Amino acid sequence: MFEIGLSHYLSVAAILFTLGIFGIFLNRKNVIIILMSVELILLAVNINLVAFSVFLQDLTGQVFAMLVLTVAAAEAAIGLAIIVVYFRNRGSIAVEDINLMKG
Amino acid sequence: MIVQALAFYLFAIVAVASAVMVISARNPVHSVLFLILTFFNAAGLFVLIGAEFIAMILVVVYVGAVAVLFLFVVMMLDISFSELREGFLQYLPMGALIGIVLLVELLMILGHWLFAPQVGDARLHPTLALDQMSNTHALGQVLYTDYVYLFLGSGMVLLVAMVGAIVLTLRSRDGVRRQKISQQLSRTRRQSIEVRKVRSGNGI
Repeated sequence: MFEIGLSHYLSVAAILFTLGIFGIFLNRKNVIIILMSVELILLAVNINLVAFSVFLQDLTGQVFAMLVLTVAAAEAAIGLAIIVVYFRNRGSIAVEDINLMKG
Repeated sequence: MIVQALAFYLFAIVAVASAVMVISARNPVHSVLFLILTFFNAAGLFVLIGAEFIAMILVVVYVGAVAVLFLFVVMMLDISFSELREGFLQYLPMGALIGIVLLVELLMILGHWLFAPQVGDARLHPTLALDQMSNTHALGQVLYTDYVYLFLGSGMVLLVAMVGAIVLTLRSRDGVRRQKISQQLSRTRRQSIEVRKVRSGNGI
């Protein structure tokens, strides 16, 4: 209980990951919250990488955590830019109405 | 040891609770603020585990850049968020089912696992003890030598993201009067000045 090990960190990461997935299901209409849920998922992945890196005494995991962080920042910037452009064109950001590409 | 455990539980519980608030808050601005709280607590967890550089990067990049970007977009778009929340409960059972199944699976993995005995030989960059070299120093020595191409590549990713965001959102509106220096400079005297004879007493 009071000996914090790898499993504790992995549990926190698993809970955060699940909350991210759950958030995507829960906020089906709001793209901004979906993007935040994706950020939560990436944070959970980072916690996993750093926890393994520290407990296995290998720095590589932390380098990869930084790369994940970079990609997350780029993804947030592009995603929010797309939301702004979409809102400018259509006046709404409801995910269900997004069918311009007839996918 | 007890203090470390208590700090871990404090950070973990606050992180998870604020993550719950991120996905369930009524107002998206509150969601963003709770996201910031989650990131701060994750940074606390990283400091606790000894990965201080990642923790600082997390605060600077996520809280300083990404979360503020979210905040700007949420506040700039004029959306009625209550409409977007309609059908919130409709997706709850399905989402809860999938979430619980996923969580149980992940935690079941955590119950039964162990490291392979040869894992120690597979280390690429063994961590030195903290009194020999700080985390930041060690990370820098690895990042700028073995992973320099990945480092440059991530820089390119950020550059492309920046250019893409600018290209997407930049627009030229009609009816905006701007100073065009080339036009100003290319004016000649003949285009702009005319000499007329004005008879006294009459205007032009």
